[in-house]
Amino acid sequence: MNALEASALSKKYRNQWALQDCSFSLSAGRIAAFVGPNGAGKTTLLHIAVGLLHATSGSLHVLGGEPAADEEMLSRVGFVAQDTPLYRNFTGEDLIAFAAHTNRTFDTDFTRDRLRSLDVPLDRKASTLSGGQRAQVALALALGKRPELLLLDEPLASLDPLARREFLGALMEGVAEGEVTVVLSSHLITDLERVCDHLLILSNGRLQLAGDIEDLVDDHRVLVGPRSTGAKRRAIAGVESVVEETVIGRQATLVVRVDGPIVDPKWEEYEVSLEDLVLAYLGRKQHGAGADEPVRAISAGRAL
Amino acid sequence: MIEFRLDQRSGVAPYLQLAQQVRHSLRLGYLRPGDQLPRVKDVVGSLAINPNTVLKAYRELEREGLVEGRPGVGTFVLRGLDGPSPRAHAALQRSLERWLRNALDAGLDAEAIRGMFETTLQDNREIAS
Repeated sequence: MNALEASALSKKYRNQWALQDCSFSLSAGRIAAFVGPNGAGKTTLLHIAVGLLHATSGSLHVLGGEPAADEEMLSRVGFVAQDTPLYRNFTGEDLIAFAAHTNRTFDTDFTRDRLRSLDVPLDRKASTLSGGQRAQVALALALGKRPELLLLDEPLASLDPLARREFLGALMEGVAEGEVTVVLSSHLITDLERVCDHLLILSNGRLQLAGDIEDLVDDHRVLVGPRSTGAKRRAIAGVESVVEETVIGRQATLVVRVDGPIVDPKWEEYEVSLEDLVLAYLGRKQHGAGADEPVRAISAGRAL
Repeated sequence: MIEFRLDQRSGVAPYLQLAQQVRHSLRLGYLRPGDQLPRVKDVVGSLAINPNTVLKAYRELEREGLVEGRPGVGTFVLRGLDGPSPRAHAALQRSLERWLRNALDAGLDAEAIRGMFETTLQDNREIAS
């Protein structure tokens, strides 16, 4: 079963498209990085997944059903909103009691133990906790539901590097303890590189790339070679499509998706880092690709 | 028990780094048959990495017959790895230092030395493995 399955998912605010024609599927058990610049539509998609917004057209299935269809579905999905909001005047204990009352299933002991092991004081009001501690409380409450799918919207954005590491460590412990699919949105990939095994790239409301990170890195290369002249560049054997091209002087650097070995000795071939891959897909809009370019999922790549 | 670390810039896949560190500890005797490897939950908590990375490293070691996973309990060392004896180790170290002085006298710098070492290791890969 897929944890998430989007089919031509679109969302329009007044006359502005926030999401357009997004199709992808996320298998259960993955830890997905959902990457894109601010305003790309990441929050919109997550809000549709938890039932805070409705799609304009297309569909998004969550754990095989409609988002927030009923109480049972709500109990299977955990959501940590941007800036990890908590009731400011509630203490940790208050928040745990509140969560236990308002959720059909909630593991009070598990949540309390997690926060104690992280030295988060449970008798202090949320407003007096540090940003890192507040994030840990929000995470522990979400994990306390024992969800099958956990969605986190920019959970690291306001945390310092140490708090980021501690937050991701706590999240991974939670993943190791139970079978949970995770989606983490971020405008940076570097923070997520150690934890994620799946990548979704969104920009301008359109899905640019989706797939397992190992496959994506295997399927892409950086090629360095001579700048091509003439109106038409000859296709390079082994290259399925050019994602990004940078030309400096007589040298061209290409990020390409390959479909076979690169045999042409003109081109030096390098592995692509995850960060470069993400930047290539985020940057390629400026490289002449039209706004109406179709959405590409891992199996649907076509030559430009 | 050992503690893992990860070098993000090494270019070596994280799961291979973990497996290497276990083999290294076996050679040096920090880990011995019967010892338990760090639990997956603890490793991912302290390193903030994907649990599958740790599982993959442990599976690799299992495939090599070095460790054994016991469901619900943990992963345990089956056998050690023979490293050089402390005496052989010290002798090799001394001869390497002699070689290093010769190389520096001949005008090689650290980068050239590293390059030569890497090339020689590559060329003799069959012997080394």
